[in-house]
Amino acid sequence: MAPITETSDLNWKILFLCWLIAAISASGSLFFSEIMQFAPCILCWYQRIFMFPLVIIFLAGLFPFDKNIIRYTLPLAAAGSLVALYHTLLYSGIIPKGLQPCSQGVSCTEVYIELGFITIPMLSLMAFSAIAALLIILHRRLSS
Amino acid sequence: MKKHHIIIISVVVLILAFVLGGYIYKSRQVKAIAFMARENASTFVREHSPALGSADAKVYIVEFLDPACETCSAIYPYVKAFLSANPGRIKLVVRYAPLHDNADYFVKILEAARKQGKYWETLEVMYRTQSYWASHHNPQPQLLWKYLPMAGLDLEKIRKDIHDPEIMKIIQQDLADAKTLGVRKTPEFFVNGKPLPSFGYNQLKKLVEDELRANY
Repeated sequence: MAPITETSDLNWKILFLCWLIAAISASGSLFFSEIMQFAPCILCWYQRIFMFPLVIIFLAGLFPFDKNIIRYTLPLAAAGSLVALYHTLLYSGIIPKGLQPCSQGVSCTEVYIELGFITIPMLSLMAFSAIAALLIILHRRLSS
Repeated sequence: MKKHHIIIISVVVLILAFVLGGYIYKSRQVKAIAFMARENASTFVREHSPALGSADAKVYIVEFLDPACETCSAIYPYVKAFLSANPGRIKLVVRYAPLHDNADYFVKILEAARKQGKYWETLEVMYRTQSYWASHHNPQPQLLWKYLPMAGLDLEKIRKDIHDPEIMKIIQQDLADAKTLGVRKTPEFFVNGKPLPSFGYNQLKKLVEDELRANY
């Protein structure tokens, strides 16, 4: 194994931060559905599909640190960001409700909680884009 | 190794936050519902709500149900068994939370049957034949009609009565109360205004027994 220098240590920390964001997001979404009993709508499920595996993949990439991890996780984070962006726009009414894909069961625009102006889709968008941004930073650091 | 420790600590903190948060959330919810049960009892029992059991009963089981819900059907015999095991002490109050597609329709039939004094018979027929007309969460109103005569109903009268606007008002009120009480799934039980800690037959049995002990 390469000796742990300060730079590689920082790289590890960036990846650790990615894992932490994913883990908090995953447990947060489970809290909403299992404890607070908010039924996840179809768009929430798509976001979960992209978020949950990140927790495991990041963890595997941390021990030992594997720079290839960006190849596998950035596509997931990017796809999740897109769904979250769409959901946030739908939720805030920028995209008209008529376009929403879910007509049965739980509505994707039903507002469950709002902490000030923050909504659940917005939290998801922030998490996905933070992970994507961190991975891009990591990629730049590793290739320079 | 240090890095391992960071991960282990993070995992432990996350799990603790989850469990503790869940505990705090649940206990707050129980308190909020208990407050409503004291201050605003009509949210649980409306005048229009069908009830089974003695008027003097001190233990009220309020059930939010959907006639097309499989679990409602499965748990119904057990609820009935509570009533017959404790004659005069338990009252069952039915509230509607028709969350399935088309479920309003079945509530309308039930309420129409009530006008003929066949409410409970009709509910039991619906539950008994549910697997034929509502299999796989796909309730089909037209299939139910051939089973309704089993409850001894005048079907012509039912067909007229289901359009009674009063019934729609009952459904709207029940849905509004369900929302107030945070009912998002059926069946949901409140025993003397207390919610189940988690859903299950044993939890319901324990809650009913606790309330019986506290009141008799």
